[in-house]
Amino acid sequence: MIVGERKPIREILELLGDNTTVLVVGCGSCVTVCLSGGEREARELASILRIRGQSAREVTVERQCEKEFLLPLEKEIEPVQAVVSLACGIGVQAMSEMFSSHRVFPGLNTTFMGMPVEQGLWEEYCSGCGECVVHKYGGVCPVTRCAKSLFNGPCGGSQAGLCEVKPDRDCAWQLIYDRLKSQNRVEELLQVQPPKDWSFSRSGGHRKMSREDMLL
Amino acid sequence: MSWLKDVLESGAFAVTGEVGPPKSPNIQPVLKKVNQVCRHVDAVNFTDNQTAIVRMSSLAGCLLAKEAGADPVMQMVCRDRNRIALQSDLLGACALGVENVLCLSGDHQSMGNHPQSKNVFDVDSIQLLEIFKNMRDRSAFQNGEEIKSPVKVFLGAGESPYADPVAFRAMRLAKKVAAGAQFIQTQAIFDIERFEQWMFEVRGLGLHKKVFILGGVIPVKSARALRYMQEEVPGLVIPENLIHRLEKADDAKAEGVNICVETIERLKEIEGVAGVHIMAIAWESIIPEIVERAGLFPRPAKGAEHNHEDPKRT
Repeated sequence: MIVGERKPIREILELLGDNTTVLVVGCGSCVTVCLSGGEREARELASILRIRGQSAREVTVERQCEKEFLLPLEKEIEPVQAVVSLACGIGVQAMSEMFSSHRVFPGLNTTFMGMPVEQGLWEEYCSGCGECVVHKYGGVCPVTRCAKSLFNGPCGGSQAGLCEVKPDRDCAWQLIYDRLKSQNRVEELLQVQPPKDWSFSRSGGHRKMSREDMLL
Repeated sequence: MSWLKDVLESGAFAVTGEVGPPKSPNIQPVLKKVNQVCRHVDAVNFTDNQTAIVRMSSLAGCLLAKEAGADPVMQMVCRDRNRIALQSDLLGACALGVENVLCLSGDHQSMGNHPQSKNVFDVDSIQLLEIFKNMRDRSAFQNGEEIKSPVKVFLGAGESPYADPVAFRAMRLAKKVAAGAQFIQTQAIFDIERFEQWMFEVRGLGLHKKVFILGGVIPVKSARALRYMQEEVPGLVIPENLIHRLEKADDAKAEGVNICVETIERLKEIEGVAGVHIMAIAWESIIPEIVERAGLFPRPAKGAEHNHEDPKRT
């Protein structure tokens, strides 16, 4: 899922500035699951804004990243001065495209693609590099989970199985080594992996995908 | 031709030192440090923005050292440059007669003085070794295009015998050798027993016959400095008894040198260790004393072909 974290209230108020009639729009997908931008959080933010003197209402759509879910919002958005989207960056942009005469402010910082690893804790698992190689690494992504995206083994700084950069994170290479060892596949790690083709990643520029069979 | 390579191939126990370039364009500290150490080492490393702190570029330091008569080792990290820039800088180094290159991943920028910066890590250190090896041996860039003039480079890599997963460390060295490493400068050794264990594994894989391994040492001035390294520097293992020795010593600096010299004496006895790499961080002036007391002075004398060499004309 896409994981996000709500911006501090102070920052949201600064963004809103003189706009006093506000619609807070939650999203029923990923950010609902990571408890940062769903119906409950939208209701919460709208009441905080009201306490701070704004005229705020809230509404939540099933998926802000698909325009057909946004169409019914037209009437609610028309009278307000500004919109605060609690969706990920995709939802904020979809809203901005749909309602281009309105200012749509992000109420969330989109942080990463990841998953909940325990109650109240989410971790990044994928960078969307465009060419998945996790099968070579025991199902652990070195691009994302190694701070230096190393493809050929751990750096010289991991200790006690933890990352030198963020010592509260597992060293991805410790996980990779342990996983492959348990599968009796450690010798596969001896092969020198050539440089990655980053042209499929964001480095290759803005990405698009088309499916001929699905195009109308 | 690389003097360091000549010394290692002659079978002599090699000595390399390290110079951290200044945080300014002032060449005086570079020349001063090079002059302090150059008679006592076979080659001098120039770090590449180590600990992710902005300093004079390694290549500039190498050129200054070269002009002062030393054989420089250019350190290159993957943190700040993609494969375009890395290959470009290797061509530049060759053009200027800098022939030893040490390929490293690089300290993460979050540890340095510009933690807001974006890192690169287009390739890792092992991939960098392979790219440079192919530039030299196949006259080919990473994309396969031909390089019209020969690339001369003596390729090195780092290795930490202490970092986790420990069971993978010797295998990782094997990968570096397969990728093109001809010499290795290790992370600083304080726990000699664990280093010996790693060398045992390295010999088991026959790697000591394929690559020159220089053991890294750091002379420390105080117990506090050693404690700091124990707690803060990733990839180091520092036994408590060394810290106690420095705490009890009347002259901690002298004791730090004693420990360093003793470590080198031990390294000289380990089968497969081809030399020592002395990283006297901000204490380059101590290198001559260490080298002399370790019985490694005088250094092999350079032949005529290594003196007053002007690479631009050859």
